[in-house]
Amino acid sequence: MTAATTPRLRRAAAPRLDTRADRPVRRSPGLTIAMTLFLVYSLVPLAWLVINATKTQPGLLDSFGLWFADDFALVDNVRQVLTYNDGIFVRWFANTLLYVVVGAGGATVLATFAGYGLAKFDFPGKRAVFAVVLGSIAIPGTALAVPTFLMFSELGLTNTIWAIIIPSLISPFGLYLVWIFAQDSVPTEVLEAARVDGASELRTFLTIALRMMVPGIVTVLLFAVVATWNNYFLPLIMLNDPALFPLTIGLQNWNAQAVGVGSTPIFHLVITGSVLTILPIVVAFLLLQRYWQSGLTAGSVKA
Amino acid sequence: MDARTHRRPRAVLAAVALVATLGLTACSGGDDGGSGGGGGGDASADAVDAALEKGGEITYWTWTPSAEAQVAAFEDAYPNVKVKLVDTAAAADHNLRLQNAITAGSGAPDVAQLEYQSLPQFVLPGSLVDLTEYGFADLEDKYTASTWGSVTIQDGIWGLPQDSGPMALFYNKRVFDENGITVPTTWDEYVEAGRKLHAADPTKYITNDAGGDAGFGTSMIWQAGGRPFQVDGETVTIDLQDEGAQRWADTWNTLVQEELVSEISGWSDEWFAALADGSIASLPIGAWMPGVLESGAAGGSGDWAVAPMPTYDGGEAVTAENGGSAQVVLEQSKNKALAAGFLRWLNSSQDSIDVFLESGGFPATVADLESDDFLNQESEYFGGQQINKVLVDAANSVGKGWQYLPWQAYANSIYSDTVGQSYLNRADINDGLKAWQEQNVTYGQEQGYTVEEG
Repeated sequence: MTAATTPRLRRAAAPRLDTRADRPVRRSPGLTIAMTLFLVYSLVPLAWLVINATKTQPGLLDSFGLWFADDFALVDNVRQVLTYNDGIFVRWFANTLLYVVVGAGGATVLATFAGYGLAKFDFPGKRAVFAVVLGSIAIPGTALAVPTFLMFSELGLTNTIWAIIIPSLISPFGLYLVWIFAQDSVPTEVLEAARVDGASELRTFLTIALRMMVPGIVTVLLFAVVATWNNYFLPLIMLNDPALFPLTIGLQNWNAQAVGVGSTPIFHLVITGSVLTILPIVVAFLLLQRYWQSGLTAGSVKA
Repeated sequence: MDARTHRRPRAVLAAVALVATLGLTACSGGDDGGSGGGGGGDASADAVDAALEKGGEITYWTWTPSAEAQVAAFEDAYPNVKVKLVDTAAAADHNLRLQNAITAGSGAPDVAQLEYQSLPQFVLPGSLVDLTEYGFADLEDKYTASTWGSVTIQDGIWGLPQDSGPMALFYNKRVFDENGITVPTTWDEYVEAGRKLHAADPTKYITNDAGGDAGFGTSMIWQAGGRPFQVDGETVTIDLQDEGAQRWADTWNTLVQEELVSEISGWSDEWFAALADGSIASLPIGAWMPGVLESGAAGGSGDWAVAPMPTYDGGEAVTAENGGSAQVVLEQSKNKALAAGFLRWLNSSQDSIDVFLESGGFPATVADLESDDFLNQESEYFGGQQINKVLVDAANSVGKGWQYLPWQAYANSIYSDTVGQSYLNRADINDGLKAWQEQNVTYGQEQGYTVEEG
């Protein structure tokens, strides 16, 4: 996406949104209270996390959860997180980045190609593909984890990075979203005009259609990034080498250290590590949320 | 310890899903597992020595905190051998990953740690190496009877004990003294102490038990004289209403129904905090607990003390094992003799055991349990008490003849859905035990075992 193309696209989508905004504003104390409660409900865990990341392990146990302890150890905690066990956290961070860039990035590319193709070309079996894609959305990834594990173990791919990356590449929901978005936002007439002018299909796609689909693609990318970043169950059963763990499993490993014979609780590092883990996702959301919103409405209006 | 399974249902689900999918194949493979035992003792011990001399590389999975120092000491002693250490953090995920690697047919380590209660689950499908062929029978005298019994099942030697967990009563002496409570010697006195404490200070509880910890429940039944599981080849007998099981359940009914036990889950941050400030005033738990208290509840230093487990009749001391693990050699290992060599050094050489003891572990080796140094050690955390004297007495009075189920991990995962429900509803724990038995019978039959109800 280039900066030059995006404003134009947003303008194109704007009129539809404006008709809603023109409605008279109704005030509802009940709704405001409900929303405030929900906001508090959503933010309290986050506040807890940030506050407790400033405490030492003993301070964590002694002090009230939603306020600071006497000691302010955030900097020291961050340093410990990054150096504990020879800096394994940094390794997990790099692994997560790799899985996200290759897995979620690849999923977005595949979804874009396939979604565009399904939206703009007619071919036999299209309805069947539609049914399969819709059906796949209904199956949660967790349900597929065990069959996937058995398949990958036949292939000798368990406990490798491919065990995480290959399943992440498939995103039926992303495909569906691009499909709907392309139908809606790329007029067939424009494509026909390009063809008449002699542009190849590939060029038409890359120079015209792709740019029109940017909000949809960014939405799919965000969905895929969040899903891969938070992926827990699949790496849990696929990986057994701590050097390959993503952050989710690594943090869980640290948390589990508190349990059982030989227990060495490091709750303060788990909490500080969690803060560091969600930071990139928070930043991604803040930077890309306008695409996210327009993408969501595009899907919902069509459906 | 099954606080783990309780705390992380997702991990359990995965284990259950896999076990459920693969259980049948695993069981049918049971007959040919661990063959080739019974070689001459000396010749095979020589083979292990030769493998150690020749060297090579092996992988070792464990969650023991002292493992890094032990591996370093081993590599100093045997410079030709390289040990790749994988820290698996805790038993639940460890077992899951090990099971997965075995299913996958590759990726399992050469040597791994296994809790005593999980051992049968890996022995019966033939996933472990019978160490008889490496002359390990000669090592029997080094270990306590109860830990040696835990690693020798189905006529084989499947591992060497690392530690043991004979149960004792850990109690907060400060809280007991402040509330005028004397140390209970029978379970009736314990219930009475619970009533007195909670009446005097409603924020304090005699102990915690949320009803999800199968490891605790089974150990308590063991201590009460119950022997609910008997395994003979492919035949399993289950009787969770034998005299001992009922005796424990009846006592615990009173504690739970009168709300004298705290519902904090074990191993949570809340639990460590409550141990540090004394709101959980005692724990009947394994002898490895001192190290856990020191690292997790530093604030309670100086307050705690250890006493023998209360008994039901006030008679002879009797206790049970709670937790503890052994190390095993996996059938998947490509260099079994070398793996056996590392294992032998790890759990029977003084160099290694000293490192283990220094980290606060509780040994399984008789010589260390009986050494004067160990017995006379004064623990600062326990206000100078010579706690090992109490704990070693416990190690010598563990009830005999206990067995775990060949599907103990699955059984433990459904404990909170059955027995735990009795806690939740303040209902009769005996009914929960019956429900637990019923589900285990069904599951065992599905896995191809002949299950009899006692």
